[in-house]
Amino acid sequence: MINKVRPHLSQNELLVFERSSPGKKAYQLPELDVPAVDAAEALGAANVRAEIEGFPEISEVEAIRHFTRLSTWNYAIDYGMYPLGSCTMKYNPRINEVVARTEALAWAHPYQPAALAQGSMAVMAQLEAALAEITGMDAVTLQPAAGAHGELTGILLIRALLEKRGNPRKKILIPDSAHGTNPATAAIAGYAVQNIPSSATGVLDVSALAQIVDKDVAALMVTNPNTLGVFEENIIQAAEILHKKGAMLYMDGANMNALVGIARPGDFGVDVMHLNLHKTFSTPHGGGGPGAGPVAVKKVLEPFLPAPRLKRTGKKWAWDYNRKRSIGRVKAYYGNFGVLVRALAYILAHGGPGLRNATVDAVLNAVYIRKRLEAYYDLPYSQANMHEVVFSDHRQAKLGVHTGDIAKRLIDYGFHPYTVSFPLIVHGALMIEPTETEGKHEIDQFIEAMISIAQEIETDPQLVKTAPHGTRTSRVDEVTAARKPVLRWKPA
Amino acid sequence: MYPENFRYTKEHEWVAAVGDAGTIGITDHAQQELGDIVYVDLPKAGTHIEQGKSLGSVESVKAVSDVYSPVSGEVTEINQTLAEKPEILNSDPHGAAWLVKIKLSAPAELAGLMSAAEYEAYIGAEK
Repeated sequence: MINKVRPHLSQNELLVFERSSPGKKAYQLPELDVPAVDAAEALGAANVRAEIEGFPEISEVEAIRHFTRLSTWNYAIDYGMYPLGSCTMKYNPRINEVVARTEALAWAHPYQPAALAQGSMAVMAQLEAALAEITGMDAVTLQPAAGAHGELTGILLIRALLEKRGNPRKKILIPDSAHGTNPATAAIAGYAVQNIPSSATGVLDVSALAQIVDKDVAALMVTNPNTLGVFEENIIQAAEILHKKGAMLYMDGANMNALVGIARPGDFGVDVMHLNLHKTFSTPHGGGGPGAGPVAVKKVLEPFLPAPRLKRTGKKWAWDYNRKRSIGRVKAYYGNFGVLVRALAYILAHGGPGLRNATVDAVLNAVYIRKRLEAYYDLPYSQANMHEVVFSDHRQAKLGVHTGDIAKRLIDYGFHPYTVSFPLIVHGALMIEPTETEGKHEIDQFIEAMISIAQEIETDPQLVKTAPHGTRTSRVDEVTAARKPVLRWKPA
Repeated sequence: MYPENFRYTKEHEWVAAVGDAGTIGITDHAQQELGDIVYVDLPKAGTHIEQGKSLGSVESVKAVSDVYSPVSGEVTEINQTLAEKPEILNSDPHGAAWLVKIKLSAPAELAGLMSAAEYEAYIGAEK
């Protein structure tokens, strides 16, 4: 039974170009109160054009309706649960927006002299300190613009340290359950990638690791908890194995939402890690960003952090550009400042106990979903999970229904799909992460939808294989779209 | 299902060789796992390839996967049909949808690959 949603009229909408009608406009300018300037004379006739071909011309109300109608076609965290595993699609508290819109922060300019930017610099210093405390690391750079950018920064830091020690080494080890960005990062940083298979229980195989780590290994990149949502309980031994051979331990912080306030990577042997502020720290996520992927390091890597660094001189904050061993800038200016403000607002609004509660709730929600769904969906790894849970479509596939079909049917029930076919070590994966955002009512509706779909597959698999049925657009032909892509709109 | 005269890799490629003339493709199991193939990226004729190194890639609606060369040698010909009709990799992976022809530089490498029976046992176990 579909309980959460009812059919709802939504309006068709032409492209804004198709709505255009010459001469319409959505603005009114006041009379000129200065002498008019002839643009052709001022700029040169070659640089002036009378019109922009194809530029849409519509009225104000048409512009408002156009974008409002389009917005009603979306699914968003503000409508309901967004259980996209490993993405930590949590609610973005409105207080973050209020703080980020504070005039002095919203209108700050990166070229403002330091003497006039002390408040903004204090915000950044406070966030660096908070993230260092949360991760148990010694220093933080806020420059990287997103998670993968943070990864690359982190591996370049490791390379810089190893080069200084005389040998950058050749390889980065990456478990087969890793995010795809990890091997891409290693390759871009000039390292060969060596995959290491997970143990039968889906975690790092420490005895295998001990065999593999040699003088060619620069680092191990590990996500903890891993992409199965399982805590890497041998992480301390793994760190010891690496450190004995002069290699480093990199942690992908994608799943930090399971650890904040409970466990600190710096305490279990991690040398460098990144955080995704747009995941764990509730800044807007998706829609093209911007994101932020700060990197936290142990002391030994601190000299290599991107310049400039914040420096306290007396009572003032200053930028220290004189960083001889720095790997250099990785981003224009100082990072995505507006995102940093939101993350600090989130951290301070929660406080230490609040952050810990959020983590506990995130884990509780995922464990509750697992317990209620494991009778209906195959659970390939049975270790205790933390903030996310990974099922497989093993049972449903026997009736010809796969994870992608179940995800599409979930749309009919009023939910955004879970993550499909990832992690790669689970065949036909359904990866579900509810986050602490959801209360029991919403989670129960999700669970009931998943159970209902499992029952539909038993009685009418075709219904699920052809889903979604209640959406504006029925199932999209992804194959033809990929084989014969039409990438440009052309006027009829 | 899996031709007796082919040799197979753990990464799901096949090679059929007569003397030092080989033909390379991906297995039926590989195309099933990938789903609908939408694009195939192949090296130029004349390229020298080492065993186990990437020969190109196959893109499906689900993923892009590297194809690893089962043997070392020089690429002598690539299958031009795949550029226009990548979907034949789904319908005829062991026949019309071969990827490249190769002049083997070390035919002894073939002995290290799996037979059809071994490969079938391997994918049975992998499932």
